[in-house]
Amino acid sequence: MNVIAKPDTPTRQLMSGNEAIARAVWEAGCRVAAAYPGTPSTEILENLARYKDIHANWATNEKTSLEIVIGASVAGSRAFSAMKHVGMNVASDALMSQTLAGVGGGLVIAIADDVGLSSSQNEQDSRFWGRFGHLPILEPSDSQEAYEMVKAAFDLSERFECPVIVRLTTRICHVKGLVTVGAREERPSQGFRHDSARWVLVPANAKRRLAAQFERDARLLALAEDSPFNRVDEGKDKRIGFVASGPAYMHVKEAFPDAPVLKLGLTCPVPVETVRAFAGTVKALVVAEETEPLVERDLKAAGIACHGKDILPRSGELSPAILLPAVKALLGEPWEPQATLQPQVFPRPPTMCVGCPHLPAYYCLSRLRRQVNIAGDIGCYTLGAGQPWNALDTTTCMGASMGMALGMDLGRAEADKDKAVIGVIGDSTFLHMGMQGLIDIAYNKGNVTILILDNSAAGMTGGQDHAGTGRDAGGQDAPRVDFRKLVEALGVKAERIHVVDPYEMPTLYKHLREEIAIPEPSVIITQRPCVLIDRFHRDPPFKVVEETCTGCSNCLNVGCPAIHVTRRASETRPSGKVVEKSWVRIDTAACTGCGLCPKTCGPKAILPARESLES
Amino acid sequence: MAKRKATETVTNILVCGIGGQGVMTASEVLAQAALRLGYDVKKTEVAGMAQRGGVVTSHVRFGPKVLSPAIPAGEADLLVGFEPAEALRWCGQLRPTGIAMVNVTRQVPPVVNLGLFDYPAAPVAEMREAGIAVYDFDAGAIARDLGETRMVNTVMLGAIADHLPFPAGALKDIIVERFRERKPALADLNERAFEAGRQAAAKAKG
Ligand code: SF4
Ligand code: SF4
Repeated sequence: MNVIAKPDTPTRQLMSGNEAIARAVWEAGCRVAAAYPGTPSTEILENLARYKDIHANWATNEKTSLEIVIGASVAGSRAFSAMKHVGMNVASDALMSQTLAGVGGGLVIAIADDVGLSSSQNEQDSRFWGRFGHLPILEPSDSQEAYEMVKAAFDLSERFECPVIVRLTTRICHVKGLVTVGAREERPSQGFRHDSARWVLVPANAKRRLAAQFERDARLLALAEDSPFNRVDEGKDKRIGFVASGPAYMHVKEAFPDAPVLKLGLTCPVPVETVRAFAGTVKALVVAEETEPLVERDLKAAGIACHGKDILPRSGELSPAILLPAVKALLGEPWEPQATLQPQVFPRPPTMCVGCPHLPAYYCLSRLRRQVNIAGDIGCYTLGAGQPWNALDTTTCMGASMGMALGMDLGRAEADKDKAVIGVIGDSTFLHMGMQGLIDIAYNKGNVTILILDNSAAGMTGGQDHAGTGRDAGGQDAPRVDFRKLVEALGVKAERIHVVDPYEMPTLYKHLREEIAIPEPSVIITQRPCVLIDRFHRDPPFKVVEETCTGCSNCLNVGCPAIHVTRRASETRPSGKVVEKSWVRIDTAACTGCGLCPKTCGPKAILPARESLES
Repeated sequence: MAKRKATETVTNILVCGIGGQGVMTASEVLAQAALRLGYDVKKTEVAGMAQRGGVVTSHVRFGPKVLSPAIPAGEADLLVGFEPAEALRWCGQLRPTGIAMVNVTRQVPPVVNLGLFDYPAAPVAEMREAGIAVYDFDAGAIARDLGETRMVNTVMLGAIADHLPFPAGALKDIIVERFRERKPALADLNERAFEAGRQAAAKAKG
C-alpha cells in the first residue's frame, strides 16, 4: 500500500507522516536505524529498509533498538529509532542514562502516540519523556513538518549532544499530505571518540555529567525561545489566542481561521517567555494539546493564565467539532452543533482472520474454560478475549503473560486451587519480552502451561519479520531462532515441550489436557504461518451440505469469519428444553481449507467443496 | 452531488467499509488523482486493526488548501460505501446535498452470525428514508462476474467517477497506470471493472 518515495525524485509527493520521516532520515545521512514494529510507527522502518545506504534492522524490542542506535551514535554515525508510545517504556532504561552521556553522531527517536487508542493497551503522552530525560521534543503538525523536523532534529542532536525526540501521533503517522523532498546528504561516520569518563556511566562519571545536563537545559530553553518552529500566526480576532501543537494546530486553524495562534513545534522545553509575550496580545489564552496538559502546566507554573483541560477533553483526539463548542462557550457565543443522523448499526470489532492458525488454540481453550485461568498478551491473539472464545483473562503489556501466569499460580486463592494456569503468547512477543518471564517460570518451578502461538510473523502490525522467521527487515535470509531449543535452554524440561501443528486440533487439545494436569512448567508451541504472509498456502475450500447440517452450530464456535448463518430456529426437545439452532454455509471464496470446522461437525456436514459438489 | 468547484472549496470524500476490502487503496487512488490535478490533498484513515475485519473509514480531502485531515461531521460531499451496513453507519456524515454510492454486497461479521446482534434489515432503504440520495448496486457481483472479487474497489471508483469535481478519465488513468506498473496482467481487467462500475452507477440513479 505504501507508495515508496523514489530516492532520486526531488519533488512534491503525497506521503504519510511515516513515509516523510523515513525520507528525512535517509536525506539526513543517517547510517543506522532500528525499531520494533508497533502501530502507528511501524511503516517508518519498513520504508527505511528500502533505502540501500542505511542499515535498517528490526530489533527484538524497543530497548535493544535504542541500544543499537546509541551504539551507532557513539561510534560517530547518525542514527535513528522509531517506536510507539508503549515501546518507549521498554526503551526508557537506556534513554534515561544516555541522556546524561549524550551522543556522538546525531541521534533521533520518533515516538508515535496512539491518541484515541486505535490499537493499544493504553493512551500515554510521550512528551513526558522530554521532561523526564531533559531532552528536546519536536511536534510536527503534518507530513511536511514531520519531514522538516526530523532533519532539524539531527542537527539539534549534534549541536546539543543529546538525543532528540520527535513526538508523533496516529494523525501524523498515517495521514498523507504533500511533502517537498530533497536529496541525501552524505554524513560519513565521525569515528568513535574514546572517552570513558563520558560513555561509562559509573556513579562518579554520571555525577559529573549531571552538571552538563543542567547546563544543557538552560541552553535548550534559550533555543526554544528562539526557534523558528515556535511561531505566531497573526489573527484579526484577538478575543482568544491559541497555543497549539501537533495535529491540534490544524484543527484550531480550521475551526478558528481568524484567531491568533502561537504554534509550538519545539514543545519541550516550553518557551514560556514567547508565550507570555503572545498572551499579552490577546484577551484570553487557550492551550490546544492532545492528551496530557503538559504545556498548560508549564505555563501555569510560570504564572501565565490560560485555559486548556478545563474546557477540552483529557483524552482522545481533538477536532474542530470538539474545539468549536468548548471555545464558543468560553466566548459566551451560542453554538449549534451540526445535527447528524446516527443510525443504530451493530458493532464490528476486529476478528481473527479466516483460517487463522490461532483459531484452534482458542477453540481448545474455550472448551477448557471452566478448568483454567488464562494470562494473555499483546498481539492478534488478544482477540481471543472476544466472541466466541472468551478465552483470555488478562492483557497488560508485551510479555506480561509469562510473569503474570507465574504470579497467578503463586498467588492463587483456595477457590482456584484446582484450576490450571495457562499463559498465551505469540512468537514475536515471546522474543520481545516473553523469554525473561519464562525463565522465571522455569527457575521458580511454576505450575504453568505456556502456549507459544508461532505464526512466523509479527501478525498484528502487518506480518513483519523477526528473529524467529528466518528473514530480516530487507527480506534477506537470516538465522532463525529455534523455539523448541530456546525454551529448553531457558530451563523447561524437554519432555514438557511439544511442537504441534495447530490445524491438528485433536493433538493440540490432547497435549493441553495432559500438560495442565502435570504440576510442572510446560510449553506447547503451535507452528503455522499467519494467513497474511507469503509463506501461507491455502488449501481447497470446504462446503456445508445443507441436507446433512443439523443446525447444531458447533462449527460457529471455531470463530472463523467464513462461516455464516443462513437460518435460525428454536426447537423444543421432548424434555421441554428449548435449544437455539443455526444452520450454516461456508463462504467458499474466503475459506482457506484449513480443515478446522469439519473437525467440530458431528454429522459430517462439512465436506471439501469439490466432493460435495459431485455428491 | 451538486458538484462544488474544488478550486474554491474543499471536497470531502468519505470511503467506508471493512478491513481487507481495499478501502485504503481506493482512497489512495483518489488522493493521487487529486494530487495530479494540482490540488492540496490530505488523506487519513481510522482503521483500528485494519486487516482484521473491523470498521475502516478513510477521509480524502482536496482543494486549494486543506488543514485538518479529518472531514468535519456532516460535511462529506460523497460517501463511498463498500458495504451497505457500513454506509448506513456513516451516512450521517454527509452534507444535505451529498450523495452515497453503495455496494449492496453484505459482509456479515461473526458477532451477527453468533446471534449477538442483528444486521439491519434494509440499510439502503433506511438511508433513503432519511432523505439521502443513494446510488446502490451490486459491486461484489460485478467483480465476481469479471472473475476477481478483489476488484470491488476499482468498480466502486468507476461508480463515483462521474460524481467528482474532476474528469473521470483522471481517475481511470491512475488506476490503469498503477496496474501497468505492478500487475500488468490485471490492467485491462481493471479498466473494464472501472467502466462496469461507471455504468452501474449511471443506471442506479438514486
Ligand atoms: S475450513 Fe472451516 S474453519 Fe477453516 S477456513 Fe474454511 S470455513 Fe474457516
Ligand atoms: S457443526 Fe455441522 S451440523 Fe453443526 S451447524 Fe456446523 S455444519 Fe451444521
